[in-house]
Amino acid sequence: MSMPLLRRLVLTAALTAGLMSGAAQAAGTLTYDLKPTRIASDTYVFEGSTKHFTRANGGNILNSGFIVTADGVIVIQTGPSRRYGEEMRAAIRKVTEKPIRKVFISNLHPDYWLGNQAFADVPVAALPGTIAGIQEEGNGIAENMYRLVGDWMRGTEVTLPNEPVYGSTVKFGDHRLRLIPLSGHTAADLMILDESTGVLFTGGVVFCDRTPTTPHATVADWLKELDAVDALDIRLLVPNHGHIRPDKACVAQTRDWLTWLDGTLRQAVSSGLDMAEALELPIPERFQVLDVLREEYRRSVAHLWPKIEQESLPRVN
Amino acid sequence: MRYALRHMGIAGAVLAVAAPALAASSPSDPLKSVMWDILRDQYFDGAPVVFDTAVKVTAPAAAEDTRAVPLSVDATALERVVEMVAIADLNPFPLVLRYHPGNAAPYIATRIKIQQATAVRGAARTADGVWHVSGVLVDAAGGGCSAPPASYAQKDWADHVGEVQARLWPAGEDGVARLRLRIRHPNDTGLVDGIPAYFVETLQVDAQTPGGSPTLARIDSLEPVSENPVYSLDIRPPPDATALILRGRDNQGGEIRATIPMPLPDAKPAISLKPVGQPWSVGQ
Repeated sequence: MSMPLLRRLVLTAALTAGLMSGAAQAAGTLTYDLKPTRIASDTYVFEGSTKHFTRANGGNILNSGFIVTADGVIVIQTGPSRRYGEEMRAAIRKVTEKPIRKVFISNLHPDYWLGNQAFADVPVAALPGTIAGIQEEGNGIAENMYRLVGDWMRGTEVTLPNEPVYGSTVKFGDHRLRLIPLSGHTAADLMILDESTGVLFTGGVVFCDRTPTTPHATVADWLKELDAVDALDIRLLVPNHGHIRPDKACVAQTRDWLTWLDGTLRQAVSSGLDMAEALELPIPERFQVLDVLREEYRRSVAHLWPKIEQESLPRVN
Repeated sequence: MRYALRHMGIAGAVLAVAAPALAASSPSDPLKSVMWDILRDQYFDGAPVVFDTAVKVTAPAAAEDTRAVPLSVDATALERVVEMVAIADLNPFPLVLRYHPGNAAPYIATRIKIQQATAVRGAARTADGVWHVSGVLVDAAGGGCSAPPASYAQKDWADHVGEVQARLWPAGEDGVARLRLRIRHPNDTGLVDGIPAYFVETLQVDAQTPGGSPTLARIDSLEPVSENPVYSLDIRPPPDATALILRGRDNQGGEIRATIPMPLPDAKPAISLKPVGQPWSVGQ
């Protein structure tokens, strides 16, 4: 209030200059440059990096997708930021003029749904457990993404999926989509199998040449999810993270990793190791094909170790 | 946060007075922490300090859970260590623990809360009075010290405070035996509105022998240690020990007491990761 006019003017000028240079930089450099790849009839994927969230990739570490049906476009995952969602929608528009009919979100992790704002005018569907998880943890998840990737997140706000879905088969145009609810990777994992093309969008249930993430995982249940994938008749497997393949090799790879991880940590606890020592355990050579291996392994130690330890150490009083 | 700021305010004032006098005689901090000069004076109290990578501090480069960051301090490369400390520079309470290893190996591991990205240090004082200091930087989203413990979500938490889980492994060829402890306790910092400080303050491991109960190691455990504190120690129980006794107390006078049985005859020593390059893996 009592600030001298001149000082106020100087401050305002300085702030304005700062904001403008920031905006100019953002407009000049930040774009995900999303290019759809056609992977099957009417079916496209935006392939992301297999790294962790960084300021270089803006959080684009996922394979989002869309299916162009006679009833409109079905979108699968909306990406890590409002910007991603908007760029995705613009890129879809270049492929088809059909309206977006529905969006499906596979779980509560940040790269699946933080682009929801760009689809605010259409139904955004997810399992009830996913919606509840985003309600509970969404703000924290979004804040952490701002910290990890910075300006890419500008304008991103938590936007809840607004349509609960359950296990069912739904038909859009010629495409019969089987919605498969599971739990293990997170408490609510939605896989989508397009029975018309044989394309399975696994969400976080299968990782391919990318180390699986475990912040909400229950390993024993996750292994059962993989059995469920094995029982499906598919022609193409689209993991949310990693490479798209015409076979189930990465189901086996994900199972191998989870089995090794869980077994190694259990053996380490029962062998007297401390959690800090477990961070340094050697990882077998066969897992070197998994990207961000040591980083993601260490995160998994943080997620899984305390519970294993609690179960393992005997009560003495 | 209020506490943190106040602490920083006091620290800042002390820095202005104390730093110029000592700057010339003290090595500069390899981790370039703004708090180093203050913490050195506060916790090492004029004693000689050297930065020494013989002290191995292990913590993850990024804290996945700021309420439970694994931390170990290993000074076994030094001779005659009489005291160890762990410090998280930018915590509202930087001092994590003091360890008096007695005849135990100078190694301690636990899990800690960190409030923000910070230098995390381990230091070992050798019998000649010199503090050997080392450390790592830990990145973090923050909030570990001012987050309410998960315990309070369980209605019956108070019925379980002081429960101890523990296991002693047989001594290996180097004569040291791994002891791991987990104590049910909220270990509250006092920084959460309406929740007073409530944390385990002292822990002591004694041996039960026919001739008495010598103390093997002592820990002064402080606010930054995680809820449900865990510790790993490498102790040397006397050959005639029939059990270990854990005694402790929290800052509200609550007692902790447990009898830890000796390992079963067929038990194997804990795995040691120390021999560098030795392959150790499961499932290969």
